[in-house]
Amino acid sequence: MFVYADNAATTAMSKAAIDAMTPAMHQLYGNPSSLHQKGREANYALMDARETVARCLNAQPREIYFTGCGTESDNWAITEGARLGAEQGKKHIISDAIEHHAVLHTLAKLEKQGFEVTYLPVHEDGLVRLDELAAAIRPDTCLVTIMFSNNEIGTIQPIREIGALCRERGVLFHTDAVQAVGHLPIDVAADNIDMLSLSGHKFHAPKGVGALYCKRSVPIRNFIEGGAQERGRRGGTEAIPAILAMAAAMKDSCEHMEENMARVSAMRDKLIDGLSKIPRSRCNGSPDHRAPGIVSFCFEGIEGESLLLRLDLAGICASSGSACTSGSLDPSHVLLALGMPHEIAHGSLRLSLCEYNTMEEVEYILQQVPEVVRTLREMSPVWSHMLETMADPYQ
Amino acid sequence: MAMEYSEKVMEHFAHPHNVGTLEDANGVGEVGNAKCGDIMRMYLKISDDEIIEDVKFQTFGCASAIATSSIATDMIKGRPLKDALTLTNKAVVEALDGLPAVKIHCSVLAEQAVKAAVADYYKRKGVPFESPCDQCGGEGCCGHDHGGEE
Repeated sequence: MFVYADNAATTAMSKAAIDAMTPAMHQLYGNPSSLHQKGREANYALMDARETVARCLNAQPREIYFTGCGTESDNWAITEGARLGAEQGKKHIISDAIEHHAVLHTLAKLEKQGFEVTYLPVHEDGLVRLDELAAAIRPDTCLVTIMFSNNEIGTIQPIREIGALCRERGVLFHTDAVQAVGHLPIDVAADNIDMLSLSGHKFHAPKGVGALYCKRSVPIRNFIEGGAQERGRRGGTEAIPAILAMAAAMKDSCEHMEENMARVSAMRDKLIDGLSKIPRSRCNGSPDHRAPGIVSFCFEGIEGESLLLRLDLAGICASSGSACTSGSLDPSHVLLALGMPHEIAHGSLRLSLCEYNTMEEVEYILQQVPEVVRTLREMSPVWSHMLETMADPYQ
Repeated sequence: MAMEYSEKVMEHFAHPHNVGTLEDANGVGEVGNAKCGDIMRMYLKISDDEIIEDVKFQTFGCASAIATSSIATDMIKGRPLKDALTLTNKAVVEALDGLPAVKIHCSVLAEQAVKAAVADYYKRKGVPFESPCDQCGGEGCCGHDHGGEE
């Protein structure tokens, strides 16, 4: 059996996306900036796509900027949020410890340029606390950037409340919603969001296209210079086929959101129940505020890369936050921020599902994972040591 | 940017040789630490005429840590003890048809684990032993604790 359970890394394209993209590749080759009929044709299609994306987020079309990826959107929003603050002499930013590197690396760069960044702790459940955020906001705070839902553990932050607090205190609020768009209901107006980053390939659009929502009242400037595209804010000829596919995929995901959430959550809960039966295992992140498709576990006594590759041999595609899979010496910064010791964080496994997965696949995963964990533990000196020193390691 | 393992590495990872413990081992060595994500423990049974009669390993670590342990045991099993002392991480890498650059440390660990077990054998016999390993200065080398006891 083959099971793709790495949908937080990327997704397969949906029929809706392919159906929108294919004719665009054949026919809509005009440059939307051209005045002739082929250009106008492409431009109309682009306008439609912008309207669709805006509608899915309850935004205005003029508040949507198409970008190359979620990372670009994050870089742009944060850099501009910081610049706008600095113009008023405000150089303090608030974020949290479990953001994606697209955010963390941008913040690190700003720190080198003289900005000060407060990283809120997320506690064992992965959640930012509102009172801690309120206490961290200072007169010179210009930007709060907190992700909608986490890519590794699936924890959903209290975005609406965070947004309300930021608005009350007059601070700009950006959210990296790369893992949330297309999977969770989002209403930028009701959720008090000023800027939001999204990425197409996380909800069945192709790779290489994303968007930034930026509220009309926020005067962001160009991140990429060189043309009048995106109302002069983002140079570069628009990737029409990819943008159209993203709009179609987003519309499709939003129209079927309720049923998809119910279906995927049921599979997620079955996975969590089943994997919890493995001795010395733990499910990471908040049990109550969890994205429908993301399951994150740690298994003591084994290392994540071998777990991942053994599962791959069994036909299951998953991912891990172990140091070996991240190519660094430390395991995932997200798991460490939850207070997990290094040796346990090395044994992490992330399974991420979408509506294309089936209960049969979940059952297959539940047959394979305990078997692989057992085999790897049998050859692990760490596990042997636990067996020797603990009264009952199976508890 | 996926890492590419050789077929040989995958073969030893999927079906490692000499996994387990040896009740009657007379040399046991352990290197690495769980915080870094790699621990190897080697068990040697060495005969009176200093032939490695049997060898087993236990490894906590990634695919290449398991594969290097497995092939290192193959390379010394049934061989004279002096062969274990001249085993190099380079030879381990070559026997596996190469390792990704970020995984070379696994082969170093395999070499050190074998040598730590040999050092333990000599220690038990009360024979002074100086490790010929380039990276190691004998017991406690490389910042790792040798010997299977701790």
